[in-house]
Amino acid sequence: MRFEIPDDRRYLESHEWAHETDGVVRVGISDFAQDELGDVVFVELPDEGDSLEQNDEFGVVESIKAVSDLYAPVSGDVAAVNADLFDAPELVNDDPFGEGWMLEIDPADGDQLAELLSADEYEEQIA
Amino acid sequence: MPLQTSPLRGIHDERGAKFTEFGGWDMPVEFDSIQIEHGAVREDVGIFDVSHMGQIHVTGPDATELMQRLTSNDVSRLEVGDSQYAAITDEDGIILDDTVVYRLPDEDDQSTFLFVPNAGTDEATHERWISYRNEWDLDATVDNRTDEYAMFAVQGPHAVDLVESIADESVDDLERFEARYATIDGVECWTARTGYTGEDGFELILPWETAEETWAAFDCQPCGLGARDTLRIEAGLLLAGQDFDPETDPRTPYEAGIGFVVALDTEFVGRDALAAVEETGVEEQLVGFQLIDRGVPRHGYDITTTENRVIGTVTSGTMSPTLEKPIGLGYVPVESAEPGTTLQVIVRGQFKKARVETTPFIDIVQ
Repeated sequence: MRFEIPDDRRYLESHEWAHETDGVVRVGISDFAQDELGDVVFVELPDEGDSLEQNDEFGVVESIKAVSDLYAPVSGDVAAVNADLFDAPELVNDDPFGEGWMLEIDPADGDQLAELLSADEYEEQIA
Repeated sequence: MPLQTSPLRGIHDERGAKFTEFGGWDMPVEFDSIQIEHGAVREDVGIFDVSHMGQIHVTGPDATELMQRLTSNDVSRLEVGDSQYAAITDEDGIILDDTVVYRLPDEDDQSTFLFVPNAGTDEATHERWISYRNEWDLDATVDNRTDEYAMFAVQGPHAVDLVESIADESVDDLERFEARYATIDGVECWTARTGYTGEDGFELILPWETAEETWAAFDCQPCGLGARDTLRIEAGLLLAGQDFDPETDPRTPYEAGIGFVVALDTEFVGRDALAAVEETGVEEQLVGFQLIDRGVPRHGYDITTTENRVIGTVTSGTMSPTLEKPIGLGYVPVESAEPGTTLQVIVRGQFKKARVETTPFIDIVQ
């Protein structure tokens, strides 16, 4: 099975993606991760304004069969969370790189994003 | 030790199944999605490969006595073609395993039984039967036929119609827990009106070598262990190794809510201990609960009172696909077991409100 791995963003070994637009880093989980988890039924996210350190746990995604921690790709303050996921967690399965995004971080350090895996490196990891 | 595989391992792989280790077997956990598979069984029909379940065949002049003395229920009640749910208990009345005992047509004019231990327990169970047979000097042949028989569960409101459509003879007259040999798509199958999903349907026990062809004859949703788990939790049915485990969570049938399988008027290993428990009552019992707060209860999470005092453990939990609510099973003291009682479950450090519910959580076919 081939998984979608857009090359306009960076990835963590723990399967989160990070995409910067207008100075804000949007975060979600990869197509591979949502497929491994199966039906997502619950997402727990931080509050807006919370402060995160890179690689901190920031929340949890639960499917029917498994629970998985979520890790922050960069340090910074939570600028927004995707409240749609509280009522429709299945968006993570349906559109992991789009409507299924989880939060936005106002990054504290503009260089951290470059430390993450490229799409090619991530593809190699899940191969 | 390498994992055992079903005769359908290759077929499942081609179909794109994901696999998991279960009781020493490499079995499909998911074909499409647990919700899709679960929904098919609740609303239409689905088929499970349950070839990991054990099959032990017992016959001979003392077969009935051997079965009577090693299972908790009363096998003498079984006519040919009947089946019954039973526990296998140790001297202390602790559940070692749960099983379904089928009475097959007599062989050589002797009562003959087939019973189905859980995945991975067939060898130990076979040894237990042989050992007690020898100790009691009984005349019975005990064969472990786990590697000879595949087993399918066809479950759901349309399961009977589907089986009828490919059966060479009608089987819809079989009542719940009745079984007989029937030819399904040209293959003689032990066809039982049993299952473990809460739905109507059949379990088919058939020769290992015909499994692929017979499986292919069923045009319906294939389902994996993931859906089997959510279905059986909704039905309030026990999972061996999780809702009871003689090593890590030893429980009597009374604690586990299956006191109805204990026939105290028969003699069996564990009978005296269970008679004592029945007289004094249990201190803890398995309850069903629904999480009121958001979250999903999982095996091993602590259960507390509303004052945050830990009183029990979640043995099984899931987000119920049918009810769309988080539900679970767990042991609590009897004083906290009344339906409606408010409890808490500690979900990753957070106390989440829960309410004891009657089980099964859904209407099931009995």
